[in-house]
Amino acid sequence: MTTSPYEHHEYDVLIIGAGGAGLRAAIEAKQRGLSVGIVTKSLLGKAHTVMAEGGMAAAMGNVSSEDNWQVHFRDTMRGGKMLNNYRMAELHAKESPDRVRELEQWGALFDRTKDGKILQRDFGGHRYARLAHVGDRTGLELIRTLQQKVVSMGTDVFMECKVLQLVHDESGRIAGAVAYWRPTGEFVTFAAKSVILASGGVGKSWKFTSNSWESTGDGHAMALWAGAELIDMECIQFHPTGMVWPLSVRGLLVTEGVRGDGGVLRNSDGERFMFNYVADMFRAETAESEEEGDRWYEDHSAGRRPPELLPRDEVARAINAEVKAGRGTPHGGVYLDIGTRRSAEYIRRRLPSMYHQFMELAGVDITREAMEIGPTCHYIMGGVKVDADTAATKVAGLYAAGEVAGGMHGANRLGGNSLSDLVVFGRRAGLAASDYVEGGAGPSGFNWGEVESAVARALAPFENEGGENPYDIQRDLQEMMQANVGIIRTGSEIDLAISELETFTERVKNISVKGGRAYNPGWNLATDLPSMLTVSKCTSRGARDRKESRGGHTREDFPKASAEFGTFNLAHTIAGGAWDGEITTERSALLTMPDELKALLEEGK
Amino acid sequence: MAAIESATKVELGGVRGGPDVSTLRNDRWWLQPVVTVSILTAFVVYSTWAAFQNQNYYVGAAAHRDLISPFYSPCLTTTCVPGSGSGFAIHGWGLSPALIILIFPLGFRLTCYYYRRSYYRAFWWSPPACAVADGHGSYSGETKFPLIMHNAHRYFFFAGLVFNTLLTYDAIRAFHQPGLGWGVTVGTVVLVINAVLLWSYSLTCHACRHLCGGGLKSFSQHKARYRTWKFLSRYNSKHMNFAWASLIFVALTDVYVRLVASGALTDYKLF
Amino acid sequence: MAEVTMRVWRGDASGGNFEDYTIAQNEGEVVLDVIHRIQATEAPDLACRWNCKAGKCGSCAAEINGKPRLMCMTRMDELPEGPVTVTPMKTFPIIRDLVTDVSFNFAMAERVPALLPPPMPEDGYRMFQEDVERGQEFRKCIECFMCQDVCHVIRDHEENKQYYAGPRFFIRYAELEMHPLDQNDRREYVREDMGLGYCNITKCCTEVCPEHIKITDNAIIPLKERVVDAHYDPVAWLGRKIRRRTKRTSAEAGVQPTP
Ligand SMILES: Cc1cc2nc3c(=O)[nH]c(=O)nc-3n(C[C@H](O)[C@H](O)[C@H](O)COP(=O)(O)OP(=O)(O)OC[C@H]3O[C@@H](n4cnc5c(N)ncnc54)[C@H](O)[C@@H]3O)c2cc1C
Ligand code: SF4
Ligand code: SF4
Ligand code: FES
Ligand code: FES
Repeated sequence: MTTSPYEHHEYDVLIIGAGGAGLRAAIEAKQRGLSVGIVTKSLLGKAHTVMAEGGMAAAMGNVSSEDNWQVHFRDTMRGGKMLNNYRMAELHAKESPDRVRELEQWGALFDRTKDGKILQRDFGGHRYARLAHVGDRTGLELIRTLQQKVVSMGTDVFMECKVLQLVHDESGRIAGAVAYWRPTGEFVTFAAKSVILASGGVGKSWKFTSNSWESTGDGHAMALWAGAELIDMECIQFHPTGMVWPLSVRGLLVTEGVRGDGGVLRNSDGERFMFNYVADMFRAETAESEEEGDRWYEDHSAGRRPPELLPRDEVARAINAEVKAGRGTPHGGVYLDIGTRRSAEYIRRRLPSMYHQFMELAGVDITREAMEIGPTCHYIMGGVKVDADTAATKVAGLYAAGEVAGGMHGANRLGGNSLSDLVVFGRRAGLAASDYVEGGAGPSGFNWGEVESAVARALAPFENEGGENPYDIQRDLQEMMQANVGIIRTGSEIDLAISELETFTERVKNISVKGGRAYNPGWNLATDLPSMLTVSKCTSRGARDRKESRGGHTREDFPKASAEFGTFNLAHTIAGGAWDGEITTERSALLTMPDELKALLEEGK
Repeated sequence: MAAIESATKVELGGVRGGPDVSTLRNDRWWLQPVVTVSILTAFVVYSTWAAFQNQNYYVGAAAHRDLISPFYSPCLTTTCVPGSGSGFAIHGWGLSPALIILIFPLGFRLTCYYYRRSYYRAFWWSPPACAVADGHGSYSGETKFPLIMHNAHRYFFFAGLVFNTLLTYDAIRAFHQPGLGWGVTVGTVVLVINAVLLWSYSLTCHACRHLCGGGLKSFSQHKARYRTWKFLSRYNSKHMNFAWASLIFVALTDVYVRLVASGALTDYKLF
Repeated sequence: MAEVTMRVWRGDASGGNFEDYTIAQNEGEVVLDVIHRIQATEAPDLACRWNCKAGKCGSCAAEINGKPRLMCMTRMDELPEGPVTVTPMKTFPIIRDLVTDVSFNFAMAERVPALLPPPMPEDGYRMFQEDVERGQEFRKCIECFMCQDVCHVIRDHEENKQYYAGPRFFIRYAELEMHPLDQNDRREYVREDMGLGYCNITKCCTEVCPEHIKITDNAIIPLKERVVDAHYDPVAWLGRKIRRRTKRTSAEAGVQPTP
């Protein structure tokens, strides 16, 4: 092996991402006694997971004793419009209760039931109260617990260190990665026997998003460049309730917990419009009148759930339709009202951070006034195609877990299913990567050529004279994607987006950045743009080819779900691995579900 | 030193950012220390003067009253004004009887967590206000003598309880006007309010909150102590208010008794 | 559209100074919005940290008009007229512009002896709301490290960083010491090795905490009282002798649970 011209580290397991998935994977590999390095773009504890609010779904049955993994499995599949990898949904439903409980061993403090168990709350699409939570800051509890565990185990964490590209050995197995330190701009290489991607989402490519600057889809893109497949990239969840005003916080999330705790949606006429948007699939289990819905909040057996708690895609579309029909608020949203329905004391106790968020950022007291909300880009269901049991990708030695992995949530994710996904599959990725390392099938060698080309590409913006400002490109890209591949899509707009993205590719090659390499956000953004483009291309291509509406993918020109399209995922690959290489998009058949699981889905239909 | 070895090293002497000035605050951060210094100084000056007076601290049977200044109760020397004595008398103490007992309430307040905050900020400038540079070059906090003695606060708290009991007894006695029977005068009201404020101050004390239940690991095993703790916690957040109110009022009580005892004021009988 | 002058400190370990940017400001904006606008237009290399822009991650702490604040939660319209100064947190070494090296805090986090619970029963632990409530307050902490920044013990006395955990970690110790399942006893550890005695309860940490955690009243003072129990109070000592209870020395407490 050549010696690295850069700072160099070696690990058994290298984990890219310190959100819930990455940290949980680290714990598993660490417990096996392997050497583990975690790399994260921001500081430890700041990953996106920290922002999750409502809760984590697990069929523990602490509140509704009827709940069990079978019901959870069924809810997840139906929420995902059957596009899910059934095996992931099954493992997730079976294992999440244990994954939630073990967090308490490491210090998590969930809200409690009267008899001292973990309290669970209602959420959209979940038949029973299923979300373990801590007020409305569950993600913070999750990440802090895992972070403290990882730190107490003495794990190496590389903070503010951005991975640019994965590195192979000569035979195409994963051998590590190349990265740079944001504080200094210096490069660093990691040789690793296995790599787990846990890099989160892609939302930053849209203008109105609940996601942070980190969600640029680096992991998705790097996996694709490294030879893995991405699936379901067209399935993007627009969360129905994002803030719309003031403009500077447009897109900021308003937790679904507001509706779970009694909040309702109204249009500018004051009408609870959701009753007009109940799809046939959900009619049997949804309340028919406001009275029935209100009864359900008091006692779940006295009525059916109100339509505000339908899965997110349904609610987001309904809001969109109301605004289009001219029944929106002054700032182009609809009203979310909990102030007239619950006491001020109750709201402040159950939804403390929402109360503060509106009070401090919008000057709105949600205990008295209605919130103005509208859909915001929130989550990508699609991601790296993995084996359900092992989280392994197509590339030997490369694993993916968390939001970066695809399949678990199908065409639409249920609220709360992500946090439990992180710990269920984070653990499985950690296990499988450890097995792989212990099995001795690791890489032989390290392709320095890949390192050099990644470094050269990263430094190019300093060489360019008079090129474009990366901020301009980012802004244009976000506006373009929002306009053309947003919540409601049509063929012509998608085609426009696909050709625009080629122009963007050329623009990105022509970026110039000012200043030095040390903590230079302009340069950092320049290195994010290739991933953002790659991901946007896959999303657009998937959106073009899926000529139907399903879950997080809505085509105005194909408003119905089609049985044919329900049998496959759309999978993307890049031959040769160049970041601007030609993407191939193909149909990839869904796994066939065993009969006993099929039977579960029939029940209660 | 036995701390867990951390892989991340703490490096001293790193260059700091921002301009090298003591503060960039442009609000009126100095207001609070100024107010604190003014009130505390006024109190210290007045109470020292009052403690050395050795007269006018008791209104007795001659005036058909039984009012004693809190600075002089319990009165523990043979020189106490007739009627003001506590039944226990120290011989040969030439100075004011107040000087024997004031050390306890003084100690209680000096070691009080709230007053510590106030005088460290206002008098010692450590720090004068948040994000305003400390006025001193070196700093060892409460780790060395004499400040380490603050750890004895709970014992001053106990002493405070004894004093509160005695002052409550004084307040009850103030309901009796010798020669006239039972009734309520302005003096009674003053002594009662004083006692109530002192109790409020003591019971909202942090040491009290800790001893009553705060020290427990698990509340569900100790329901009664949990409820007490919960109750005290609610008022503990008002400890600051009680600290100031009781401080100012104790001085006013002394002023009142002093004015009546000196004949400058008549203690009006309400009913 | 209103205009505002932002006086931003720019520089690194080799020195720096204020730079003024006069820039547009829209209704409802926070300081971070304006900083971002400066980045996108005039100074693309202006360094600042942020993630969530919603007061949830604690990345964007800086000093605004001399006070530690979250840039994403400070509305421009609540600041007084005149130029707004924005400087990096003072207590930590500078990296560049508004970004500081906060590794001191991660070092202190590594020194915390983690929760030591009994083995978990099959169907999970039982804890009651009243048992977890105190800890939950402290677990709201978003690790913005502004309390560490404002604490004069290290802000004004660099050398104390060697043996001082700081308010963010005092709430962590308080949380563990108040955890109904915990079996360790870190009282001597916080006294001897984490410098609890250096805190003079002047409450600046509480004043700046964006999560409104009552750091001093609910964590530090209760810890100090616990330390009195363990170390200073003769009656408590006698009680331990009579009831044959022991306390953990700092060295005994200062170990991580086996994974
Ligand atoms: C506002 C909000 C609320 C939510 N609420 C809920 C909820 O209530 N319930 C629920 O189940 N889900 C919720 N979600 C979704 C859920 O929080 C996320 O899907 C989940 O946290 C993703 O976790 P992760 O571990 O996959 O990645 P993240 O937590 O996003 O972490 C990604 C990590 O990867 C690192 N990384 C990325 N790229 C690179 C690179 N190139 N180099 C190095 N490191 C890199 C990042 O620094 C980060 O550490 C919510 C999401 C949002 C935005
Ligand atoms: S109260 Fe203590 S910990 Fe908090 S800022 Fe003051 S000295 Fe520091
Ligand atoms: S305690 Fe408050 S101020 Fe300190 S780090 Fe946590 S959130 Fe920030
Ligand atoms: S009297 Fe103030 S804290 Fe005890
Ligand atoms: S950016 Fe997350 S707290 Fe300000």
